[in-house]
Amino acid sequence: MKRAGFYLLLALVALYCLGPFLWQLITSLKPAAELTHLPPLLPAPPTGTHYVAIFEGYPFLRIIANSAIVAAASTLLALAVGSLAAFALAQLRMRGTMVLLTFALGISMFPPIATVSPLYLLIRAAHMRDTLWALIMTYTTFALPLAIWVLTSFFRGIPREIYLAARVDGCTALQAFYKVILPLAAPGLAATGILVFIFAWNEFLYALTFTATTASRTIPVGIALFPGLHEVPWGEIAAASVVVTIPVVVLAFAFQRRIVEGLTAGAVKG
Amino acid sequence: MGRLVSIPSTWELLVRDSRPALFVLPAGLIIGAITVYPILYVLWLSLHERLLIGNVSRFIGLENFARLWNDARFWNALGNTLYFTSVSVALEVVLGLAIAMLLHRAFKGKGFMRAIVLIPWAIPTVVAAKMWEWMYNGDFGVFNYLLGAHINWLGSAAWALNAAIFLDVWKTTPFVALLLMAGLHTIPKELYQAAKVDGASPWVTFLRVTLPLLRPLLLVVLIFRTIDAFRVFDTIYVLTGGGPGNTTETLSIYAYKVLFQTLQFGYGSTLAVTVFFLVGLITLVYVRALRAGTT
Repeated sequence: MKRAGFYLLLALVALYCLGPFLWQLITSLKPAAELTHLPPLLPAPPTGTHYVAIFEGYPFLRIIANSAIVAAASTLLALAVGSLAAFALAQLRMRGTMVLLTFALGISMFPPIATVSPLYLLIRAAHMRDTLWALIMTYTTFALPLAIWVLTSFFRGIPREIYLAARVDGCTALQAFYKVILPLAAPGLAATGILVFIFAWNEFLYALTFTATTASRTIPVGIALFPGLHEVPWGEIAAASVVVTIPVVVLAFAFQRRIVEGLTAGAVKG
Repeated sequence: MGRLVSIPSTWELLVRDSRPALFVLPAGLIIGAITVYPILYVLWLSLHERLLIGNVSRFIGLENFARLWNDARFWNALGNTLYFTSVSVALEVVLGLAIAMLLHRAFKGKGFMRAIVLIPWAIPTVVAAKMWEWMYNGDFGVFNYLLGAHINWLGSAAWALNAAIFLDVWKTTPFVALLLMAGLHTIPKELYQAAKVDGASPWVTFLRVTLPLLRPLLLVVLIFRTIDAFRVFDTIYVLTGGGPGNTTETLSIYAYKVLFQTLQFGYGSTLAVTVFFLVGLITLVYVRALRAGTT
């Protein structure tokens, strides 16, 4: 009896978390005429027209490609630069480590709205408006504090003796870093990479401000500014939402343990 | 005879020649160029009258801040932001803690459940807002259908800001729950056994064991969530755009409109800087509370 109650509560939590997404999925499969009727709740019969429409009538593929390029590039850059810094902070007994980490945390607390106006002027002056580079640069930078913070906590978990042994065996510090320490930190890199990727995949304010056309628009902007002729095309918006949510859902299921590790690395341990 | 010069051990030599600063340099340069410089620049802009139309640029000292003081729309946005932040964070922490305690138990399919809980957090905020905008639809929305009501969720001053709060709570409670779950994990099981032996009720155990031990983490979660909620932008921009009649206009939304709709980069920067100072102030208050709790 108590067990049944527990599973009922679990089911409620699951419904709470998935409900809006499932409703969007249902909406995306409804024929246009059924969108303005409730009931029926379920589409009868389900249709794929909205999915066809977003790829044929709207440059959605280009927008997805933009997001994929921006998110992947920002993730790789943030990991490359961030892991170097985190390695130094965690393993090299650097002076001022705490100051630097606190500084990084302070930067990550900075409200995006406060940096969007100067960055806009800078990007405009550099003729980088409406380019993917403007977004890659911005995302890499604003993901760096998070990346450094999380990676440092992972690197701290690797015994220093391993690094010292590599040095005794003749590695330079840099060699010890990428030949020995980095492979050991692979789980941490994965966790951090996923967090940065999701951040870049989802970011809206900078993307809204720095992009102007589909040449550089990313998914959040494409969906927020979804064009409608006379009325809001809810079926197509739903289809687009489902398409862009699927990668995130796959990531969540495949890497839930890593993601939670990454999220909690900074907060719980200190 | 005592040694005059201490001979460095191999260990010390290793540390010395590794030049850790070089490893930090790339990150430092990037952060310096793309965050520190803009931060200084925005402070500078906030002291100017800077209009992109007509290319006006004039130093006016603190005049923008004086204008802020008499700007009713600013105070309205501040009030909305404070309401949004306090209500949503309070709901998120209570609900998040409840979910964390539920999922903390050992059960089959825990990993699966954890992935499900991650989904609202992982969905792009813009997409989530579009989903909810559709569910809130007055005529064909599923909420009104399920409730058998005709509530004008997004078009009425009474509901719109609350509607945004419900969405924010849905989206971020999972983050809170997952962090608190990790915290629950660090509480030694012996304490619960001891409480049981002493005959403490579950409620007393929660108040006397769980809550005090979770306190530092709860404060960290509160800091993260408060700062994040205070700068809310995406949710509101998509859901209501600040309407109806500015009743959901938060500070970030107002600053954005001044910046990019009226192109007043001076006054807009002043608003943005104010958001920054307020976030800083909130952080300071929390950090003090955190310090007071740990010493």
